[in-house]
Amino acid sequence: MIDYADYDVLIVGAGVVGCAIARELSKYDLRIGVIEKEPDVSLGTSCRNSAVLHSGINYKPGTVRADVSVRGNAMMDALCAQLKVPLKRIGKLTIALTETDLPGLHKQHEQGIANGVPGMELMDNERMRKIQPGVEGILALWTPSSAIISSFGLTIALAENAHANGVTFHLNTEASGIDAAPDRLIVMDRRGARYSAKVLINAAGLHCDEVGRMAGVECPRIWACRGEYYVLDKRLDGTLKTLLYPVPGPNDPGLGIHLTPTVDGNILIGPSAQYIPDEDREDYRATADIMESLRREGLRLLPELAASDFIRNFSGNRPKQTPPEVGGNADFIIRDDSDRLHGTSAGMINLLGLESPGLTSAPAIASDVRDMVLRRIPAAEKAGFIAERPGFVGTFSSLPLEQRMDMVRSEPEYGEIFCRCEQITRKEIRDAIENPLGARAMVSIKYRSRAMMGRCQGGFCVPRIVRMLRDEYGFAPEDYMLKAHAAMFEGPRETGGAGEAEKNG
Amino acid sequence: MANKCEYGVAVIGGGPAGLAAAIAAKELLPSPEGVLLIERDRVAGGILNQCIHDGFGLHRFGEALSGPEYASRFIDKADLLGVPMMLNTIVLGVSDKGEYKELLVSSRQGGLSVVRARAVVLAMGCRERPRGALSIPGHRPSGVYTAGAAQNLINLENIMPGRDVVILGSGDIGMIMARRMTLEGAKVEAVFELLPWASGLPRNIQQCLVDYGIPLYLGTTVVNILGMGRLEGVTVAEVGPDRKPKRGTERFVPCDTLLLSVGLIPENELARAAGVEMNPITGGPVVDADCMTSVSGVFSCGNALHVHDLVDFVSEEAERAGRAAAEYLSKPSQQGTSTPSVAVRPAAGVRYTVPNRIALPSSPASPPASVAFRVNTPSRAGTVRLKVKDKVLAEETHARLHPAEMVWMKLGPDALASLSDADTIEVSANGSE
Repeated sequence: MIDYADYDVLIVGAGVVGCAIARELSKYDLRIGVIEKEPDVSLGTSCRNSAVLHSGINYKPGTVRADVSVRGNAMMDALCAQLKVPLKRIGKLTIALTETDLPGLHKQHEQGIANGVPGMELMDNERMRKIQPGVEGILALWTPSSAIISSFGLTIALAENAHANGVTFHLNTEASGIDAAPDRLIVMDRRGARYSAKVLINAAGLHCDEVGRMAGVECPRIWACRGEYYVLDKRLDGTLKTLLYPVPGPNDPGLGIHLTPTVDGNILIGPSAQYIPDEDREDYRATADIMESLRREGLRLLPELAASDFIRNFSGNRPKQTPPEVGGNADFIIRDDSDRLHGTSAGMINLLGLESPGLTSAPAIASDVRDMVLRRIPAAEKAGFIAERPGFVGTFSSLPLEQRMDMVRSEPEYGEIFCRCEQITRKEIRDAIENPLGARAMVSIKYRSRAMMGRCQGGFCVPRIVRMLRDEYGFAPEDYMLKAHAAMFEGPRETGGAGEAEKNG
Repeated sequence: MANKCEYGVAVIGGGPAGLAAAIAAKELLPSPEGVLLIERDRVAGGILNQCIHDGFGLHRFGEALSGPEYASRFIDKADLLGVPMMLNTIVLGVSDKGEYKELLVSSRQGGLSVVRARAVVLAMGCRERPRGALSIPGHRPSGVYTAGAAQNLINLENIMPGRDVVILGSGDIGMIMARRMTLEGAKVEAVFELLPWASGLPRNIQQCLVDYGIPLYLGTTVVNILGMGRLEGVTVAEVGPDRKPKRGTERFVPCDTLLLSVGLIPENELARAAGVEMNPITGGPVVDADCMTSVSGVFSCGNALHVHDLVDFVSEEAERAGRAAAEYLSKPSQQGTSTPSVAVRPAAGVRYTVPNRIALPSSPASPPASVAFRVNTPSRAGTVRLKVKDKVLAEETHARLHPAEMVWMKLGPDALASLSDADTIEVSANGSE
């Protein structure tokens, strides 16, 4: 536990945008800290979305969203290759079912042209069926740059790579107030610790307006708009060859309920769009009516669905600037608000209302924010920046057999399956437990390894993981099992060092 | 590829089904490479190892054994016969190479390797239906477990997963866990069951709920789960004849733990990957009376084939599968060709049957064929029949028929001999309330 930490740059919020900024700035000679109120990175909107990279056809030309989404999308291949994050360029068909959808479809096409979306094509039914057999529709807009990605995988990878390059992550640390010193902003957390920064970056997602106001900056009010999803069994992997979207209406708060394949082989049904009361911005519940409508929609689109194919529900909340009675979307606000601060020469950059396409845009936002930071703190690129993250893309079981046979010979723990459904090995669980950020909770293991995310939802692996945590790390099950999933493990052993535990395994 | 091992019969799964199948096969194939048993856990016995309550073996041994005791009788016999057991080893894939089947196996001690066998018995058991399959609205707090996972934590790991417990579903594991949690000092508020009848065995209602004063609410289900971190409680509501919640009947039950005992799903990822034809009702393979699947030389038994009520019947069925797998090796002429057979189909009042087809007897001395099935709804008294068109092959009257209890009927040599012109055997149940 620290009482005081001094940084050049402090980022509030370790979602995909905060972590992308941390990683981008870690290329420079800067002292960087990140504070996150949850026990791990990526536990908010960044792990609760469709995990789609958007092409940029949906956004009005000239807007920030149009700019950062197209640029961000184009940066993803290189970034994911460096960070070993699964990314699949499966493309998207935005489909007009009837004549009435055509004006909307053509508008998307025109926006795409204006925004510089690459490779677009209009396709008749015959051509769209070559991409997705049997699909209905009279005309579709094909956007090959649309892609699927692991959203939490990207966020965790960005954070771990930033950490490898010297960024300090303070987890379980919630900002409760901000004071201005002559050349610093000082963020207080709920325990009374203080974190100072020459430049403060507000990437607080659903709470960005609250953090902005703590520093005395006027911010638009944020409304949480919940999207609910179903996760379908991997049995249906391969059914969807591409992303299939309806043509969105002008005031829809989202892109409509649809099926989305994931990089892990599941299919998502969703998201719905429902504004929720302000005091519940992080209320991630599933509701009976919407679950019913998602099931109906899923069965309409995939008639072969069986009851056992619905393995999980989740929901995520969009930070919207537009109130329920207005709907639609407002543009992202990415601005240097230093002039709005009083009594300090410190800087503050506010990122407000980053709903969709925040994931797609994260690398471009990070590069824009980097330029803003460097204007305030001229810093040189540092020698020895580590661009590559160690490891491999995806899970061990997704690697080619020959490679797995080689790897298991030098690391026998790859031979022991802990999670039957996702075929996650003991070694992958160990790596997740010993993650470099020091995040120590069941959810940390889940999002890093994929254990507990399969069709049995942890029935098989949880007892094994709990046993390993107890027998090899000394984490007492009673300390966390009777608390939340995000409850931290507490044990006698210092959790930072991986080496000692490994010897015991 | 390195590490190729060759066996006559490879049995996948060392639970009660796999053990009985391996023993039966080994008795016919005593050579060292006759039979191999592959088990993913540290010890054989499967789910029996966490079932420390008694009641196992009443039919087979005439005594009430605990799960581990029942398992040890088979483990001891397998050891005596010298069945090699690959423990801590999981099978990742089964592929049919015609003459033999190829198994990709993985373990910490042996790495990734290939096992070849001429016949394979699939005995992977089943898994529990998780919350997602039920679509219960609400939050996703910690404290929601399947009953079997909680049983594992308590009985094998000595870890209490909660203190104030609600159980959804009156499956056997749920009722047994209601008693178990109570004995461990938890307060079990109630067991709620969507259906108008209990899905577990009547003896468990008495011994696990009534004897401990735990209320069972039929026609009631959980309609909301509340708690942002740890579970804080559930909302329950009565359901109407359509099994949808009735408005105005909701009530909140505070609890920190919700155990789900809402059905079991045969584990058949390996069977599907091997191209085995599946029965959508049971979730298990389509089989003949020898438990052979649509893939020649691949057999299925136990809860991977269909979810059983009693382990005693698992053992019996698995012995049949094990014997048939061993005999399959000496019947090269039959490999790849289909023998004449009669379909077995559920008719009025019956949900499913196992097997789905019966081979016509090749000789008058053929053993009797067993037909197992479950009825759709409970009834006080009823008649079950096996018929070909209007001709009754076998008929039994039961004092009670219940979906929780499997019905087993046998077709003797005479009945089998009469099937030569038959096309389909229909299984029906005619119960009265």
